[in-house]
Amino acid sequence: MKKVIVGMGTCGLSAGARPVHERLQALVEDHPDVCAPGITGCIGMCYREPLVEIRDGGNRWIYGDVDAEKMGRIFEAHVLTDRIPEAVSVVYSEMADGTRGGEEKDFLALQQRIVLRHCGLIDPESMDDYLAVDGYKALRRALTEMRPEGILQTVKDSGLRGRGGAGFSTGLKWSFAAANQGEKKFVICNADEGDPGAFMDRSVLESDPHAVLEGMAICAAAIGGTHGYIYCRAEYPLALHRLYLALDAARAAGFLGQNIMGTDFSFDIKIKQGAGAFVCGEETALFASIEGQRGMPRIRPPFPAEKGLWQQPTNNNNVETYANVPWIIRHGAERYAELGTEKSRGTKVFALAGKVVRGGLVEVPMGTTIRELVHRIGGGIKDGRTFKAVQMGGPSGGCIPAALEDTHVDFESIPATGAIMGSGGMIVLDDTSCMVEIARYFLNFTQQESCGKCTFCRIGTLRMLEILERITCGEGDPADPDKLLLLAGQIKEASLCGLGQTAPNPVLTTMRYYRDEYDAHIRDHTCPAGVCNALVDFFIDPDKCTGCTLCAKQCPVQAISGQPRAPHVIDTQVCVKCGKCLSSCNFGAIFKG
Amino acid sequence: MKNEEQKFTYRLWRYDGAPGELIPLLQSAQDHFGYIPRRAMRYIADATGIPESEVYGVITFYNQFRLQPIGRHVIRVCVGTACHVAGSKVILEAVEDELGIEVGDTTADGLFTLFTVACIGCCSLAPVIMINDDTHGKLTPASVRKILRGIRRNEKAATTDASAGTGN
Repeated sequence: MKKVIVGMGTCGLSAGARPVHERLQALVEDHPDVCAPGITGCIGMCYREPLVEIRDGGNRWIYGDVDAEKMGRIFEAHVLTDRIPEAVSVVYSEMADGTRGGEEKDFLALQQRIVLRHCGLIDPESMDDYLAVDGYKALRRALTEMRPEGILQTVKDSGLRGRGGAGFSTGLKWSFAAANQGEKKFVICNADEGDPGAFMDRSVLESDPHAVLEGMAICAAAIGGTHGYIYCRAEYPLALHRLYLALDAARAAGFLGQNIMGTDFSFDIKIKQGAGAFVCGEETALFASIEGQRGMPRIRPPFPAEKGLWQQPTNNNNVETYANVPWIIRHGAERYAELGTEKSRGTKVFALAGKVVRGGLVEVPMGTTIRELVHRIGGGIKDGRTFKAVQMGGPSGGCIPAALEDTHVDFESIPATGAIMGSGGMIVLDDTSCMVEIARYFLNFTQQESCGKCTFCRIGTLRMLEILERITCGEGDPADPDKLLLLAGQIKEASLCGLGQTAPNPVLTTMRYYRDEYDAHIRDHTCPAGVCNALVDFFIDPDKCTGCTLCAKQCPVQAISGQPRAPHVIDTQVCVKCGKCLSSCNFGAIFKG
Repeated sequence: MKNEEQKFTYRLWRYDGAPGELIPLLQSAQDHFGYIPRRAMRYIADATGIPESEVYGVITFYNQFRLQPIGRHVIRVCVGTACHVAGSKVILEAVEDELGIEVGDTTADGLFTLFTVACIGCCSLAPVIMINDDTHGKLTPASVRKILRGIRRNEKAATTDASAGTGN
């Protein structure tokens, strides 16, 4: 019987998957026994959501941009009569003989999926689905066929490095925690994914929660962990919901709890909901938050492996790191180490977004170039514009210019550019992005999220922000770039945690590669990208203006004139560049230049 | 409201002195009241033995907690990186202008509260906003105004219906 599956991750739901799913259910009621309906998580093609997949034997077709009406047509044509319906896009197809097709086959063809191996394939709310893809077999092997030292050695040999951004050897980290004794020993999963523009961990939790639980349990078996915590953002309601379901199912099936799989190994996991503080992604701040305090970082040493949560030995990894572990145990360290580069093994998941044609979740072997990610997988830049830079690593990262697009994405090459690997957010920027403004944007974020413990982070970021704000307003001073560099150095030196140590990165990288833009703002009072309001003029496109008079009514200085139902004009001499006309126009007639 | 308060009180009553429960208790209070009223802060301080000043310190540290009541429709304008480069600033200005309030405020009729959010992870739909639990993507100033006006209209129709109902 055919299976009809609706992608119900956050991206899918936001794009309108719920009415599609409701329509499918109604159709199944009307036509019982012709197909089996189901749901799945994120397949990664966020830009073509909502997605509906039909599986028939070994064949699969994925339809994109589906709505309730198209769902009806797909059902009538494909499910009932085996025809591909007209005017509905098949974004991907894969036949039992291996032939692939569909509009977006390049998007998936270049990827190598380990972390995302089940995403978009299984129902994340079904234990049976996870077991059908050999779920919890890695845990069984770890518990019944391997000794803790063997697990540690396998993870070390695989070359897996922490996917939260720092890239520390996971096997080594585990062995530190294994070496320390305590009354309890904690295994923590950091799912406080706070970088704006990053949604890798959310998708994994929503699409394959059991893989993370299994990875954590294997870690506990290796290091002697007794208690687990998943610290997940409260802003991810669907991920939390699926995690709770997965935990209940895993306990009921005996994969968590006392004497797991009949061994003397006992381990259970609790969920802690983060309350919205970016700094809690820093592990010592995360511990403070679990303990119920303000999430402020602590001085290291002692390191978490020795004294972490509640002063007990603790191992902390992020979602993607744990999701890799079951695959490594099942397929062996060698298979994993074959992928990637010499020092960065395996694959990395990226959230590709911004001005790229195909925005979504992609997983590629380490060492793939930025060019391949942006142009081949991402399909190039939207609206045929020019590729300018990628922003990697969120507020702690930096901008890598298009000139360096042949840079390999791995833990060695990316830091050489001044950016960081980060957790996997990759925002593509085009020629309409002002790099000074981007730097200001990130500084504004870190300045607000600084917990305030370290003076240089608390006050230094504010001073940097003030300087950047005045540059973007055209009031920059020729001495400002040097002041920024001085402050940046001091903040990096004098901050306790990663937030402060990396906060100046967006400014440093943009100053390194786009110094001319800073100079243009400061010396010439112009914004080359035409973004900074104070440095551009506002115009009305007479072809688009309908003469509705709304902008003229909104203008606080009466700079807009014109007869009703005739194109209006902005007097640039009077205009104070507040941007009110831009947000009030219903016809997109106002532009900056 | 009474029932919600009972649920929260029940949770407090069940509190067994386990450490680290402060944030879950505050989250529970906010789930039930929509914000954290002064009296809830006091209950929690009494039940946990944590000084009220410290409870306040934790509340104000985290973005999630609010000390003021919120409107029926909580609007979160995403200002994440992808939305930022897709023009979230203009969307935010349009929302502020349409509702006549600034970020963090609630409209006088209690219908809308406006917040920004760092990222909701729907980057391919940028710019996006969330209204309660629903996400709206690929917005323009015009489309976001239309959505807000739609909600206003529905609310108005609902109140007229309700008063007509009581009239009968």
